[in-house]
Amino acid sequence: MGRYVARRLLQMIPVFFGTTALIFFMVYSLPGDPVAGLFGDKGADPATLAALRHEHGLDLPVWQQYYNYITGILFHFDFGQQIRSGREITDVIGSAFPVTLRLAFLAFAIEIVLGLALGIVAGLKAGKLVDNLVLILTLLIISMPVFVLGFIVKSVFAFQLGWIDPNVSNKETWAELIAPSIVLGSLSLAYVARLTRTSMAENLRADYMRTAVAKGLPKRRVIGVHLMRNSMIPVVTFLGTDIGALMGGAVVTEGIFNVKGVGGLIYDSVIRREGLTVVGVVTVLVVVYLIASLLVDLLYAVMDPRIRYA
Amino acid sequence: MRGAKSAKWVAGAIVVALAATACGGNDKGDAAGKGEVDPNGIYSVEVGEPEKLLQPADTMESNGSIVMSGLFSQLVDYDADGKLTMVNAESVESKDSKLWTVKLKPGWTFHDGTKVTADSYVKAWNWAANINNKQGNASWFADIKGYEALHPEAEGAKPTAEALEGLKVVDENTFTIELANAVPYFAYKLGYEVFSPLPESFYKDPKAAGEKPVGNGPYKFKSWEHKKQIELTRFDDYKGENKAKNGGVILKNYSTLETAYEDLKSGNVDVLRQIGPKDLPVYRNDLGNRAVDQAYSAIQTLAIAFYADQWKTPKPVDPKVIQGLSMAIDRDTITKTVLQGTREPATGWVAKGVLGYTPNATGDITKFNPAKAKELIAAGGGVPNNEISIQFNSDGGHKEWVDAVCNSITQATGVKCTGDAKPDFQADLQARKTKQVKSIYRSGWVLDYPVNANFISDLFRTGAGGNQGGFSNPDLDAKIAAADTAASLDESVKAYQAVEKDLVNYMPSIPLWYYKVNAGFSEKVQNVKYAQDGDPILEGVEVKK
Repeated sequence: MGRYVARRLLQMIPVFFGTTALIFFMVYSLPGDPVAGLFGDKGADPATLAALRHEHGLDLPVWQQYYNYITGILFHFDFGQQIRSGREITDVIGSAFPVTLRLAFLAFAIEIVLGLALGIVAGLKAGKLVDNLVLILTLLIISMPVFVLGFIVKSVFAFQLGWIDPNVSNKETWAELIAPSIVLGSLSLAYVARLTRTSMAENLRADYMRTAVAKGLPKRRVIGVHLMRNSMIPVVTFLGTDIGALMGGAVVTEGIFNVKGVGGLIYDSVIRREGLTVVGVVTVLVVVYLIASLLVDLLYAVMDPRIRYA
Repeated sequence: MRGAKSAKWVAGAIVVALAATACGGNDKGDAAGKGEVDPNGIYSVEVGEPEKLLQPADTMESNGSIVMSGLFSQLVDYDADGKLTMVNAESVESKDSKLWTVKLKPGWTFHDGTKVTADSYVKAWNWAANINNKQGNASWFADIKGYEALHPEAEGAKPTAEALEGLKVVDENTFTIELANAVPYFAYKLGYEVFSPLPESFYKDPKAAGEKPVGNGPYKFKSWEHKKQIELTRFDDYKGENKAKNGGVILKNYSTLETAYEDLKSGNVDVLRQIGPKDLPVYRNDLGNRAVDQAYSAIQTLAIAFYADQWKTPKPVDPKVIQGLSMAIDRDTITKTVLQGTREPATGWVAKGVLGYTPNATGDITKFNPAKAKELIAAGGGVPNNEISIQFNSDGGHKEWVDAVCNSITQATGVKCTGDAKPDFQADLQARKTKQVKSIYRSGWVLDYPVNANFISDLFRTGAGGNQGGFSNPDLDAKIAAADTAASLDESVKAYQAVEKDLVNYMPSIPLWYYKVNAGFSEKVQNVKYAQDGDPILEGVEVKK
């Protein structure tokens, strides 16, 4: 097990370099010059442009820029500075991540609790009315674009009923984050319900289930331990990768509810050609993905002892 | 001058999604019910995150400049008709438009308690003009004698002087400005933020000062939560006449105009700078007399890329062809339908609210007349290839009207017209700067200072900063030079009016429409007015009890 974890951690290194390099070069190749963009319609004299380019190292060849960037991160934990605001990118990311983290956490909790509950009910009653209802509900959610759902939630609960404020304020309280997190988590919620349902319905007919029932185990134990543990493997796989997706995919939801998180930061930075900020955020997201998928792999071994890591 | 506020549209375009414009509401503000006023009341305004540090000479887009307008007062300002008024200056005078003498009102202080003196201005301007400090608005000082030595334009050049030769401190409250050439309207330029004074503490750490600016304006800086809000409180020792009528203002950040509008309706924000396209059809109904609909000094044009093969070979394009294209555009219908009344058809190159604005300066050529349009294009030898394209940035909500303009041209004249979309404003700018525009591009201009010279000299003079289409005409350059060296402001304005009338014969661009401020405010505030640049006047807003 220890060796497996070590190997997985080592694997992260090429992934880290690969993704950062890829994103770095992709952002670099976008048309539009971040320094010239500073001056809008009217432009600036070549001297100022050149001085600014030099200050930010943009006059170096791209591979050298990448080298400087990556060594800055590795040796000084320095993600560089934003060209426009001059703020440290670690600060920028540090102020945007906490709120997105909370939003993603809430969405994740909603997704697990509701998604699993719906899935289990539907799975146990496969083919019955409840199952069909869940099927229709999840189908609806899956087929609806996020911004439509966000708009509906807002117009119903904020404008018609007046239960919530339409937008998240600058205090970002937990209560305010509930509506956006429902919108953010709903799509995954539907997937979780469906995965759970299918996997449970399938395993209900498995040999070990028949054995467990034949042994005379109480129903709670048959379903709670024997059935659930085995049925959870595909669901956990999905949930693992979804953590990263929730954090990165908050662009639309954050926009709708005016949350000042990672989503808006990525959007802004791409538009303004703040390449370093984009790469910085993506780097953090890559690390989140890597850790989440490591956790998922380790959880496999716990859930199904047949999956062993030497 | 270069690098001024037109960058406002950059930011606008990013946040907004529709042709970024602003807002406005003049007389209507007064009409919106008078209530008892709380002089210490605090209200909030919708603003985006400033792009850069808050240094006066480096702030170029609207999100930063609205903050600056509260924190800093300049020597002069203008009223709604474009007339000069004195703020920190007691007088700004010149006999020959070349040597200017500025006398300050005594007794002014910065927010940190230090005195505002002639030195505060001279030192700040020298710092801002120095190439080493890379200030975006440095070119505003180019009129002053000795600018080239402090700010050489060649790449990698080092300054050969420490200070602007033309600036001299006479005594604590007096200084003189000597210009390289006579500029009759120079005093007007002094109202721009770049000419703000700076306190001594600024130079110790300019970067820290940009995070926590100390100014001399009606508000002092309280806090800046990045990407969330900036708080300003009233500066009680302010000596100017535009003392804040409220206790302070919170500049709140919104990701979209739609969310800001929702917050206005639910009472979470008090003043908007503009209304998003989605809400434009309903906002007058929603807000009643709190809806704002006012012209401001900005214009949208179609600029011709004169360097493009189409217009240059085999012979330079005849202005008649461009006149014809102009007459083929049905401005009335497009502004009413596609733009939902948020623009007003232009009848000249100079926007409203500017000294020297002439109604109907273009004569007939901005009137829709398909028959005449066809005739003119034929007389000018036709549009090469019988085909044009209009470049625009697709993140700015311009597609709809570009399509409409194209349809109008094609229907009226049979000239094939297509939109040439660039993914975003950055890419659009890049194409303009590298002279890659194939035919025609969307262009716009917000005033820098309210004199008609700003809409002519800075756009159509050979090599001017705003002249990106490569338009060049020696006759016109000579006329502009003559207008610039006129003996008095009045004569200069008149000379520029003549130049504007004359532009019809050159057609450097096709005027489309003037921008309007479409905005609104909450029931909590009154007396909300908008300045010529489209921004609300912060200190005038009154908070109701």
